[in-house]
Amino acid sequence: MTTSDSAPALESSSAAGLGDKAGGAWVAWRQRREARRAKQEIFYRHTIPVRVLHWINAVCLLIMFMSGLQIFNAHPALYWGRYSDFDHPALWLTSEQDAQGHLKGITQIGTARFNTTGWLGASSVDGQMAERGFPAWATLPGPQWLAMGRLWHFFFAWIFVINGLLFAVYAFWSRHFERDLLPKTSDLRHLGQDIVDHIRLRFPKGEAAKHYNVLQKLAYFSVVFILGPLVVLTGLTMSPTMDSVFPFLLWVFGGRQSARTIHFICAFSFLGFFIVHIVMVVLAGPWNEIRSMITGRYAIDPEEPTHGA
Amino acid sequence: MAHDRRNFLARAAAGAGALALSACKGPSETTWFPKILDSAEGLTKQVQRLFAGPKTLAPEFSKADISPFFKANGTLNPGTDVYNTAVANNFRDWQISVGGLVEHPLELSVAQLRAMPSRTQITRHDCVEGWSCIGEWTGAPLKSILAQAGPRTNARYVVFYCADPMSSDPTDPQYYYESLDLIEACHPQTILAYDMNGEPLSVPHGAPVRLRCERQLGYKHAKYVQRLELVESFDHINGGNGGYWEDNGYTWWAGI
Repeated sequence: MTTSDSAPALESSSAAGLGDKAGGAWVAWRQRREARRAKQEIFYRHTIPVRVLHWINAVCLLIMFMSGLQIFNAHPALYWGRYSDFDHPALWLTSEQDAQGHLKGITQIGTARFNTTGWLGASSVDGQMAERGFPAWATLPGPQWLAMGRLWHFFFAWIFVINGLLFAVYAFWSRHFERDLLPKTSDLRHLGQDIVDHIRLRFPKGEAAKHYNVLQKLAYFSVVFILGPLVVLTGLTMSPTMDSVFPFLLWVFGGRQSARTIHFICAFSFLGFFIVHIVMVVLAGPWNEIRSMITGRYAIDPEEPTHGA
Repeated sequence: MAHDRRNFLARAAAGAGALALSACKGPSETTWFPKILDSAEGLTKQVQRLFAGPKTLAPEFSKADISPFFKANGTLNPGTDVYNTAVANNFRDWQISVGGLVEHPLELSVAQLRAMPSRTQITRHDCVEGWSCIGEWTGAPLKSILAQAGPRTNARYVVFYCADPMSSDPTDPQYYYESLDLIEACHPQTILAYDMNGEPLSVPHGAPVRLRCERQLGYKHAKYVQRLELVESFDHINGGNGGYWEDNGYTWWAGI
């Protein structure tokens, strides 16, 4: 199966406005692309449930992350253990006044202190420097509003959890988990080669592009089946009612304040995954990658390079 | 019609402008959207109640786990003339009344409360802001106080009225209040506490008597408790949401 692109008429009319040389280059580029597309194979990569659940999850993660920062801002410090040892926070986004009376944002990690004015500890709210953990542009809602942040967080938490459970059921039932996501020992043997390929930005072609490579498997497997449950369980450990039902969660995570810290680390691990995910989408061909998550169709280049790049 | 259309366009433009200013600020400030978000509160309550029956206990700790510093939050001193007088005479005349939908309304002095069978528990206090402190509390189980008063069959909630004004406006003091349903009120760890870490409650922590309801967040644990009222519904009380913070946008269910 091959693809064809938009009408040639459009192509010549847009080329006509340019100089002969530029127009020629444009046409040549379009021809090269046509030739490349003619050799591409369209592969049905993502099933409908995967695509729908992916986008619901994307919306949930964005809202959960930003409303989570809003909740964190109500007490912008993290601790390790059962209770808050206010004098020894693991992380503290705070502020102080300098000699001129200007507000300075301070990030304290352990005992090390960093000036993070404008970003962490103190940042601009409606043009005025204000004491804030994370800046207003990163939180949901923007202004300091714990009650509303909690409403957002706990509404989308339900959607996130139900969506995640649906994905897990589907992945096991359809064998998507076993076939595509679970890293196998044979995959792990390619780990070194895959790392080298990623560093050189060499993306798989042909048959190899129809399967996740070991780094993708490790990333998706650990985010969905380790980070996902971990963020939910540490969230539940912060609930005093759930602690009366599952007190062992406190033991597992080392206390409620440790659970809160792990929850925070999970949230930023999701952010880290998201950044790498987006970078890889952009590097691997954003249009093709995004289309594959919308229509399911993914164009694969043949094994041999089609042009001299 | 033209006027309507202009009006609509103006409003649409204003709406789009507000959205453009901050995409996420918009929905939070409508009246309808937070109601949708808040629909999850009922689900959370139902499911948490399904897991946590009436009697699952909040974890209790050892003396070694007690926080060296227990943060006092909210009102640190009610500061009213009535309260200052009560402090001055060591709460000798402090009365806690139990009324509303009960067969036998009660008036309990602190001494009478102390004379009742007590429960001591070392539990964790979780503030809605995110921090936790561990302390030891001694008090009279609310269940036995309610049993003395004899709730009527239509009583569903206990409302706790407190002595601390939340507003500095003397014409509208907005005294703190909270409420629990009878399941949480009759939980074995729900007590009217008068001792903290083996000492009588200090003023910042709610002297002479505060509520402890250990499966709920800190704002439920009303301090400076003066009056208990059993009601069928709290719709008619203050903002109608069952508590001071609830009237200010926090959820009534504070189990998470």
